[in-house]
Amino acid sequence: MLQLNQISKQFGGLKVLQDVSFTVPQGGIFGMIGPNGAGKTTVFNLLTGLLQPSGGSIVFNGKNLGAVAPHKITELGIARTFQNIRIFKEMTLLENVIVGMHDHLDYGFAGLLLNLGSFRNAEAKARERARELLSWVRLDHKADLLAESLSYGEQRRLEFARALATDPKLLLLDEPVAGMNPSEKTELMAEIVNIKQRGYTIFLIEHDMRFVMGLCDRIAVLNFGRIIAEGTPSEIKNNPEVIEAYLGKEEA
Amino acid sequence: MMEWWQAFWSTYNTVIFSIGVNAMLALSIYITLSCGLLSLANAAFMGIGAYAAAMLTMQGDVSFPLALLAAGVLPALVALLIGIPTLRLSGVYLAMATLGFGEVVRVIVLNLDVTGGPMGLNGIPLKTEFWHIALLLALTLYVLARMRRSKIGRAFEAIKADEVAAQLMGINVAGYKLLAFVSGAVIAGVAGGLNAHYTFTIGPGNYAFENAVDILTMAVFGGTANLVGPTLGATILTLLPEVLREFKHFRLAFNGLILIVVILYLPKGIWDPARMRALFKRSSTRKEI
Repeated sequence: MLQLNQISKQFGGLKVLQDVSFTVPQGGIFGMIGPNGAGKTTVFNLLTGLLQPSGGSIVFNGKNLGAVAPHKITELGIARTFQNIRIFKEMTLLENVIVGMHDHLDYGFAGLLLNLGSFRNAEAKARERARELLSWVRLDHKADLLAESLSYGEQRRLEFARALATDPKLLLLDEPVAGMNPSEKTELMAEIVNIKQRGYTIFLIEHDMRFVMGLCDRIAVLNFGRIIAEGTPSEIKNNPEVIEAYLGKEEA
Repeated sequence: MMEWWQAFWSTYNTVIFSIGVNAMLALSIYITLSCGLLSLANAAFMGIGAYAAAMLTMQGDVSFPLALLAAGVLPALVALLIGIPTLRLSGVYLAMATLGFGEVVRVIVLNLDVTGGPMGLNGIPLKTEFWHIALLLALTLYVLARMRRSKIGRAFEAIKADEVAAQLMGINVAGYKLLAFVSGAVIAGVAGGLNAHYTFTIGPGNYAFENAVDILTMAVFGGTANLVGPTLGATILTLLPEVLREFKHFRLAFNGLILIVVILYLPKGIWDPARMRALFKRSSTRKEI
């Protein structure tokens, strides 16, 4: 579904990513782990078009994403959440989710201006769909509250719903459990499995090893801007290079 | 009664006209503010509209509706041209760039012969009638209200809140910013065309830095949460110098003082729905106790 071919990214003289190649298969949950500063979020910024790679290519469903604008990439079917939650705090939950449906509301300016049937139908449908998406993350009872009134965990779930509103094929989650306690983590894990079972492909970044191991079908390990291993959770767990990256090298 | 009304109207009709025109100007900057853009180009767009319309009716013998149409279209074209490079800027940098644009327009108008140079244009036919202003203001309010309730309004709000997140929701951020900027230019330009046809004379000094700040002040004073704020702010700030006439020489000082007090104690403007909701809630909970 998603292929990265020898991606590199430099900021001035700093090489953040070097020769990064991997493939995210359709369906299931793909994980990328790595210590802080390994370049994980940079990978997401490249995938969503916020940054351009210095070299290499990214192919999504057969389409090269080089120089495609971020909002066009969203249209192609990639959505993401952020490590530091970026919901629209002064909007209601419902409005937050409907913003995500921007591309799917295709009424013309005349319809909007004269409040025609096409406009009213599209808006009504969007509201209905938004409530459904909010119910997926168990927030439908708060649909008309302002987003800033939500707790941290709820804001994260709202961000999931908003990302799903863009109708993505691939959902990118940037450290979804960052800053959460163990019980919140377990809850969110169930949420992610739920979303996967609805047929979305998920690609998540995380540095909490236990969380990733329990959740992902395949894992890539990034360290100092390079992929050092890729495979199933059990393969990754026993890979000496991964152990070294996380725990350090044993003195001989 | 009839006599009283005639006397009142002949004294105050320009004040009432100005309320309408200023409300349009405040709304023209509201629309860019609602998209998170601090643009101070609207006085210049007003000037372009005013000069375009006045030159057409004076020299071209063009009908007034057509002149007003030109007063909207010409600023829109200029806005498109300067918007594409400048709207990449944000915050105070955009404010500086748009102020610079305003200064360029002023100097060009000052030095051209067709615009009357520093003398400006005199003897502009008095074609603006009350219903023209009322109709165009109502139309502006209607269109902006419809936009607010649609995906356009939500896109503006999302861009204002978080540009990156808005982009990744599939919103063409640069396109919508340009839409806000051009819409503001159209409204300001038409307001300029209306204004020129009841003031008899216009000059390059009417559309300079001071006016740019006045327009911003009206919108911020009234509040920019919705359409009521700018309209109310324009009304109050247009009436204030008239109401304060008794204070003679000190009236501008009082005018300034009132502005300072409002900005200090009502930083979100006079019409702030969030504050009013909070106030309403507090009084209702008090009753329960």
